[in-house]
Amino acid sequence: MILFLAYSAVLLSFASGGVAIAHLFKPEVNKQLVFWLLGASGLTAILAGLGELIYPEIRLDTLSLGLPWIPWHVHFDSLSAFFFLIIGIAVFAVSFYAPHYTHHEQKNAENFAVLSLFTGLFIAGMMLVLLADDAFMFMIAWELMSVASYFLVAFQHENAANRRAAFLYLLMAEVGALLIILAFGVVASFADGFTFDALRASTISTTWMSIAFVLALMGFGMKAGLVPIHVWLPEAHPVAPSHISGLMSGVMLKVALYGLIRFCFDLLPEVHWQWGVVLLIVGTISALSGILYAMMQQNLKRLLAYSSVENIGIIVMVLGLSMIFLANDQQELAALGLLAALFHAFNHALFKNLLFLGAGMIHHQTHELNIDMLGGLIKRMPKTSVIFLIGCMSISSLPLFNGFVSEWLAFQTALQVDVLDNGVLRSLIPVSAAALALTAALAAACFVKVFGLIFLGVPRSRHAEKAKEIQDKGMHAAPAMLAGLCFFFGIFPSSILHLIDNVSKQLLGSTLPAKDVLSFISIAPVSPEQASYTAPLILIGAVCAAGISFWLLHRNSETTMRIAPTWDCGFGGLTHRMQYTSSAFTMPLRRIFATAFLIDEKVEKTMRENTKLNVADVRYTLHIQDHSWVRVYQPIERGVNVVAKQVGRIQTGNIRTYLGYSLATLILLLWVVSL
Amino acid sequence: MNWLIAILQTALFVALAPFLAGFMKFCKCRLQNRRAPSLLQPYRDLLKLTRKQPVISEDASWLFCTTPYIVFTAMVLAASVVPFIAVDLPTSAEADVIVLVGFFAFARFFLALAGLDIGTAFGGMGSSREMTISSLAEPAMLMAVFTLTMTASTTNLSGAIEHVLNEGVVLRPSFVFALFALMLVAVAETGRIPVDNPTTHLELTMIHEAMILEYSGRHLALIEWASQLKFMLYGVLISNIFFPWGIAESFGLSALGYGLLVIAGKLILLCVVLAIAETAVAKMRLFRVQEYLGFAYLLGLLGMLSHIILESTR
Repeated sequence: MILFLAYSAVLLSFASGGVAIAHLFKPEVNKQLVFWLLGASGLTAILAGLGELIYPEIRLDTLSLGLPWIPWHVHFDSLSAFFFLIIGIAVFAVSFYAPHYTHHEQKNAENFAVLSLFTGLFIAGMMLVLLADDAFMFMIAWELMSVASYFLVAFQHENAANRRAAFLYLLMAEVGALLIILAFGVVASFADGFTFDALRASTISTTWMSIAFVLALMGFGMKAGLVPIHVWLPEAHPVAPSHISGLMSGVMLKVALYGLIRFCFDLLPEVHWQWGVVLLIVGTISALSGILYAMMQQNLKRLLAYSSVENIGIIVMVLGLSMIFLANDQQELAALGLLAALFHAFNHALFKNLLFLGAGMIHHQTHELNIDMLGGLIKRMPKTSVIFLIGCMSISSLPLFNGFVSEWLAFQTALQVDVLDNGVLRSLIPVSAAALALTAALAAACFVKVFGLIFLGVPRSRHAEKAKEIQDKGMHAAPAMLAGLCFFFGIFPSSILHLIDNVSKQLLGSTLPAKDVLSFISIAPVSPEQASYTAPLILIGAVCAAGISFWLLHRNSETTMRIAPTWDCGFGGLTHRMQYTSSAFTMPLRRIFATAFLIDEKVEKTMRENTKLNVADVRYTLHIQDHSWVRVYQPIERGVNVVAKQVGRIQTGNIRTYLGYSLATLILLLWVVSL
Repeated sequence: MNWLIAILQTALFVALAPFLAGFMKFCKCRLQNRRAPSLLQPYRDLLKLTRKQPVISEDASWLFCTTPYIVFTAMVLAASVVPFIAVDLPTSAEADVIVLVGFFAFARFFLALAGLDIGTAFGGMGSSREMTISSLAEPAMLMAVFTLTMTASTTNLSGAIEHVLNEGVVLRPSFVFALFALMLVAVAETGRIPVDNPTTHLELTMIHEAMILEYSGRHLALIEWASQLKFMLYGVLISNIFFPWGIAESFGLSALGYGLLVIAGKLILLCVVLAIAETAVAKMRLFRVQEYLGFAYLLGLLGMLSHIILESTR
């Protein structure tokens, strides 16, 4: 039954793409059906995921698709179901959002068909990745996901920059896929067959296992956006339509994490603490540099893409902790780490999708994504601003919201370091916990900037001044639903943590240290004496304290507020250009963390009448570049070019040489055959 | 019964916070050969502000008017979590020290947004500086706190304090480092000299004051009260974590009274030390603050490492 639901989720999203094609050829087919089918696909995915998580059981199946002698093996266990749930929620939300958001594309039947077809294929691909039980099907589904999303990134291909971003994405996705194939290949060469069962049973040496781990980390890390192989993210996310960026950032990166978790925790016969250290370090670097770069961005969607790098970094870091504990035979703490990582993945899917949808709403109403061109939208788009504020609060991990709970769990995991024997680990892990604290604080600063500059203050451009609230209900409903979930899981986190606990039971064979620590209202991951967090009581306390202070201050009604012009220090004429901008807001941090960026800052002054004091005109330019472009990519690019030139030498353009090559090849092949 | 004591303790905490601020001012004035205002002056100021009519800029949104309540509420919640007179109260099981840091972050988030709400350069300047300093101070604080929580193997403040009490008087090098780190962070986070000057209104130097420049009337009263609460929170945190002796472990009337006397003594001592420090040093430039906080972080790290290397049982 549950497997049937999972299949129908896949088929419904295929059908959604199919209907779009049908609409192209037969315009009488209702195009709203595309979104209805997408919503149904999301809903069945949620049901399938929840069903499996509530009644955990490994469900297996074989489909006679693909090559005749290799049928597709399908499995659906708690880990798959958990990520199915993430996909389901995101797709369900998007199905409400897309009808109005894409109304411009709907006017052109071809554009609409392309967008909907590849959206359907993309979602189906992601779901099939989760269902795959052999490396063969896994890779086919993986490619379906990658290629379909390439077309979505390239959707607005009129712009040369978009084509370039899409090509970069495709290139990195394919290189990543190659590495994943190699990783599977390494393990499979020690096993008989490509099914996951065979891979699990492989007798592989530690060296080869480590090689497979590194290949998988690079392959999946390229998709997930780990530093320094993250550069496609900030290029590709801003150019895709917003609901697609939401799906890519909120969900597709999670599918890459699923691959990493499946490969390391499930398929490889054992884990080593050294791998955990690698994950910990890579995760910490990604988290810190992700948020530092996010802070410096002016384009909202680019900023959100970098913030995804940060959050993926946090998740990988906690996964590393879990792996370290697992390798040290601390099963229960490993379960805690996995719980924290998966819960953060879930939360990130919720609030990042919400923020991307919010960015889409802002773009839809103002045609502007540059933070420095917005401002004052809280009065013009009040509903959007509240929804967006909840997203900002969740991602800044403030108490009462879901982001805080997963970060709290991550800290609790890191603080259990005393059980380890290794001195290096015992000093490394607290340092990474402090880096996590720095990341969280910087994230708060970053999202103060985002919300403050977009929604508060005075409008910085005519577009922002003329902005109006969106009238479509569905476009509000989707992010509002996600915001509601952010708040709900912030207050009652145990409702989902119970379900995630089943994942670690199946994957690691152990659950949280004490079974009764997840009561309905409070969570205490290790034991109530060590740490507990009771969000509902805090909420009640907050409401009481706020209510009492409000009541006390509003008893005498004489002191109503007086509205007056803003104090301009007596000079007169405050303009919107006097407000802090994005680069002004982040200037202190840019200066403090100057070594983390490649900063190109220029101030050009033109003097009036050749004097040295009378400034006529000042031009300020600031360009901030990612280290990894210059340090990693450009050397590789140059290397590839040099090699290509060398290889190009054999192409002389002379027909006789080519005939000679053919002859040589023929002789070589004949020799090989005769062996 | 325990809940009642917890609520009363929180109410007392909130009520006493302006008094501590007044006492701090008293110490500083006496050290600088000035005549001090009455110790009750902060209460009079707050009362005066609540009676005044608030003036709101025409560019302000609802966020500007709700922020004072949010900030105040966050500080009251923080006050309910920190063991003040007695340990082992039910409120301290609600939230641990990481949540406490979260409450501070919550208040700061909204204060910084309110600074940006009016759209003046001052507000933005204050917000930008506050977020910069706090994002450096938060890891330093957590580093110091983690040293403590790893020693006590709990992040619950009550549990950690009980652990220190049960250990008796032991000199731990890690605690010395953590104490100094936390004191440096407390100075930065409560906006005292040498990081920020609460009495200045000069655009080049102000941080906290720049953010709240547009507030008036009851809104200003709440924000002032909240920053007095924050000051006292750090004071109680430092004195009760590192010197918990005297805190009430049972809920008898005599134990609670004794606990109140002892914490008052500790806070007075801390205020005198802080006043001397503030009188002796000058405010530093804004871009020296990262070195100061980096030093605090380093102390926290040293505390952590000395715990792992010297004190761990393994």
